[in-house]
Formats: sequence, structure tokens, C-alpha cells
Amino acid sequence: MKKRWSAIWLLLFILIGWEAAGRWMEVPAWLLPSPLKIFQAGIEDWTRFYLHLLSTASLSLGGFLTGAAAGLLAAVLLHRVPGLRHPLYPFIILSQNVPVIVLAPLLVIWFGFGLLPKVIVITLVCFFPVTIAALDGFKQTDRDLVHYFTMSGASKKQLFWKLEVPHSLPSIFSGLKIAATYSVMGAVISEWLGSKQGIGVYMTLASSSFRTDRVFVAIFAIMLLSLLFFFVIVLLERYFVRYQRKELR
Amino acid sequence: MMAQLELQNVSLSFGEKQILDSVNLHVNQGEFVTILGPSGSGKSTLFHLIGGLLQPEKGSILLDQNKITGERGHISYMPQSASLLPWRTVLQNVILGQELTGVKDTAAARQMLQKAGLAGYENAYPHELSGGMKQRAAFIRALLSPQSVICLDEPFSALDELTRLEMQKWLLSIWQEHQKTILFVTHNIDEALFLSDRIVVLSQKPARVLREFEVPFPRPRSEEILLTPEFLEVKKEVYYTLKQGASMS
Ligand SMILES: Nc1ncnc2c1ncn2[C@@H]1O[C@H](COP(=O)(O)OP(=O)(O)OP(=O)(O)O)[C@@H](O)[C@H]1O
Ligand SMILES: [Mg+2]
Repeated sequence: MKKRWSAIWLLLFILIGWEAAGRWMEVPAWLLPSPLKIFQAGIEDWTRFYLHLLSTASLSLGGFLTGAAAGLLAAVLLHRVPGLRHPLYPFIILSQNVPVIVLAPLLVIWFGFGLLPKVIVITLVCFFPVTIAALDGFKQTDRDLVHYFTMSGASKKQLFWKLEVPHSLPSIFSGLKIAATYSVMGAVISEWLGSKQGIGVYMTLASSSFRTDRVFVAIFAIMLLSLLFFFVIVLLERYFVRYQRKELR
Repeated sequence: MMAQLELQNVSLSFGEKQILDSVNLHVNQGEFVTILGPSGSGKSTLFHLIGGLLQPEKGSILLDQNKITGERGHISYMPQSASLLPWRTVLQNVILGQELTGVKDTAAARQMLQKAGLAGYENAYPHELSGGMKQRAAFIRALLSPQSVICLDEPFSALDELTRLEMQKWLLSIWQEHQKTILFVTHNIDEALFLSDRIVVLSQKPARVLREFEVPFPRPRSEEILLTPEFLEVKKEVYYTLKQGASMS
């Protein structure tokens, strides 16, 4: 139990150090505001800010769900359809080599300012870790178990649902955790494309008017949102991969 | 008596390396036959052939006079490693065979677990069991599977001497009660003599049938026979046959 709180203590320590150093060295607020100032700015602006926060949260969630679904679907197709994996696998990796910052304006040109280009950006960021994790999980299924299943007369479908899927769940959850954290970042980037609302918009406005304190409010909000998503996935994992948790104790 | 399982002139190579050379053997209905061979001689490979995981280069495999060469799902199989699914409870694990090719009978499974001394462990996960308990669960899974011939691949080789003897006695009692046909693999002479009606000794590289022994001891057998002069006499003979096979390569 003590270990679990150690991160909080460290965070507190850093914040206090930051606050103290800021005061002692008299750093101007537009350069680096102190934690208390940031907190204050957050409270002052809360009525306006929480609408942006809500918008980003729902965009991230929607994008994450789409991306995770696309990632799982791609993994299942590449795994189950013979001859698909080898030609397509390199393209999946290539899709990650195009910087999102470059791709985003193109997507706006093609799809306009609506929801679609934003969801595409987040999907592109999120599907990759899920696909790779699921594919690895499927492929690394214990050989003795595969032999047992085949010799016992299991069909392809039974092999998949009763063996490969449960076997790769821990791996899939690792992918989902990465994707969940990326999704918030993806949402913020997609909001820079042009949006009326969202933390990305709020951040751009704040930094162009030198309200560094508000930029930091946005940064902390992004961190908290990512942590929250991550935590939700961890809870889901604990539920679905119960047997493993017991093993670790 | 009718041969239930029969191998006729079965040969197999992996690349240049010949593993099995014209292996002939049969198992009668309700009989307990043991294949005895040195480590690496191709015993597991023989089971993979019977289970349809591999195709023989030559020869055929018959079950109840029907050709099953290369077909899967005809025999019940217990792999060398216990191969229980870690995400399934013991009860869910032992009904897996029925789930794949038969009809689930949870009541029968519970009863079997009870008899195997696994009462109270129905809802435990495999990692909570000892090695011996895992092997018992894996054997019950094989026993509950709908097929009539059970192939056991060195099920007790990972257990200590005392546990192994306990398991052997347990196996005999279960077998006598259920009258299933068993093909058993081991490299342990004592085990082969204590358990079987007949022993088939294999040579090494490639594996050929060197000799067959009828085991003369009446049933039910108790562990005392392990120390009788008659036992040692037969053991000596089997040992020299095995040694001759190992040095032939
Ligand atoms: N898929 C494979 N490809 C190539 N060689 C293989 C393959 N499977 C097994 N072999 C080889 O075949 C031989 C027999 O292996 P097998 O596992 O059947 O032996 P075994 O008698 O079961 O040994 P043990 O008693 O140690 O379990 C070994 O020399 C092994 O290296
Ligand atoms: Mg083996």
C-alpha cells in the first residue's frame, strides 16, 4: 500500500520544489508560472475550461474506441485470413512513419473541419499498438496448447476463441494501455487542425496571448485525462485477466 | 480380441533425419500398452502422428479398422506438459475435451474430480495446484473426452519418485474402473512394467520396434511386485533390449 502512494509523494515533492524555486529566483509568470498560480488560473477559468475539457475527453474516448476497434479488427484479419499478414504487415508499420503533424492538414483538405478527420488522426495513433500487441499475442500462443487443441479435433473457430483470444488478452491489454494514453495526445493534436472547442484550442489561444499559466492548466489536464484513461483500462484488465493477478501475488 | 488402434508400417522423417522407420503396433480394446524408448527416439512424434498433427510419409493408422491417417480428433490426448489453460478453473479445464468435440457433462466432471482428490479445487486456477494435481486434472480431461483411446505422453516424468508411484496406482485404479484403451509413453522401465499389459520397445535414430513384451504380472497389482525377483528378471530383459536399441544408432 505504501508503494502505491510513493508516486504521489514524489509529485508533491516536485511541486513544492518548483514553487519554492520559482519564488526564490523570482521567475516571471509568463516564463514559468508557479504551481499555485497555475492552480489559481485553473480555478478562475474553470467555467470556460471544463467545456473544452469535456469536448476533448469525449473526442479522445470516441477516437480511442474507434482506434482500438480498428486495431483489433486489423489484427484478427491479418491473423485469420491466410496470406494477408505478410503483404500487409509492412504497411501497418509504414502508417506510423508519417508524422501526424504533416498528415493532419492533409486530412483537413480531404475531409473538411468536421469530426471525421479528427477521428482519423486519433485512430491512426491508437490502432497501431493494439494491432501489434494482439498479433504478437495470437502468434505467441503456447505451442503445446495449440497441439493439444488440434489433436483433440478443435475447429479453427474453437482454436481462435477458446485458445488464441484468451491467451493474448494480457498482451492486448498492454496495447490498449498504450493506445489509451496516446488517444488524448491524438485528440489535442487533431484539435489544432481547426476546432471550436477542446483543450487543443484552449492551449493555442493561451499560448498566443502569453497566458503561460493557462498553457500549463491545459498540460496538466491532458496528463490527468491520460492517467484516467490508463486507469480505466487497468481496471478492465484486472477484471478480464483475473487469473494472472492472483499469480503475481 | 480386436485391435482398436493399429499402426501399419508408419515412417516419418524431418528433412534428412529419419525419425520413425516402419513402426508397427496395435492396441486392443481395453488394453494398456506402453511404448518404451530412449529420450529423443520419437515417442512424442508418434503421438503427433496418431493425433493427425503430422502426416506419415508411409504407412497408415487405423482406428476400429477405419483409416484415420492424418485425421484429427479421433483420440484423446494428454501432452507431455500438463497443458492446462491458465485462464480456466480446474472444472472448466477438465471439460475442455467434451467442449471441443462432445457434450458437456459438468456433473460427471465434478464427480471425477472428487474421486481424484481434487474436491474443493473445482474453482481453483491451475497455478494454484501442485505438479501432481495438475497431471491428475490433465488426465481427467483426457478421460472425460469423448474418444475411446487415450494417449498419455510421459505424464509422470516431471514428478518425484513417491508422487509418481501414487499417481501410477491412481491411474491403474481409474483405468480398471473405466475400461478405456490406453497407449502410454515413457522411458522409465519400472513404470512400464508396473502399469502395462504389453510393452513395445523402440530403438533410437530411427525408431523401430525392437521387441514386444507381454507383462506377466496379474492384476490388480500392488507396489510390492516392484521388489519381487520375477519383476527384476523381466526388468533385466527389457533393460538389455533398450540398451541394445540405444547403441544401435
Ligand atoms: N518439428 C520438428 N522438426 C524437426 N525435428 C523434430 C521436430 N519434432 C521433433 N523433432 C526431432 O525428432 C526427434 C524425436 O523427438 P520426440 O519429441 O518425438 O522425442 P521423444 O521420444 O518424445 O523424446 P522425450 O522422451 O525426450 O520426450 C528428436 O530428435 C527431435 O529433435
Ligand atoms: Mg516426448
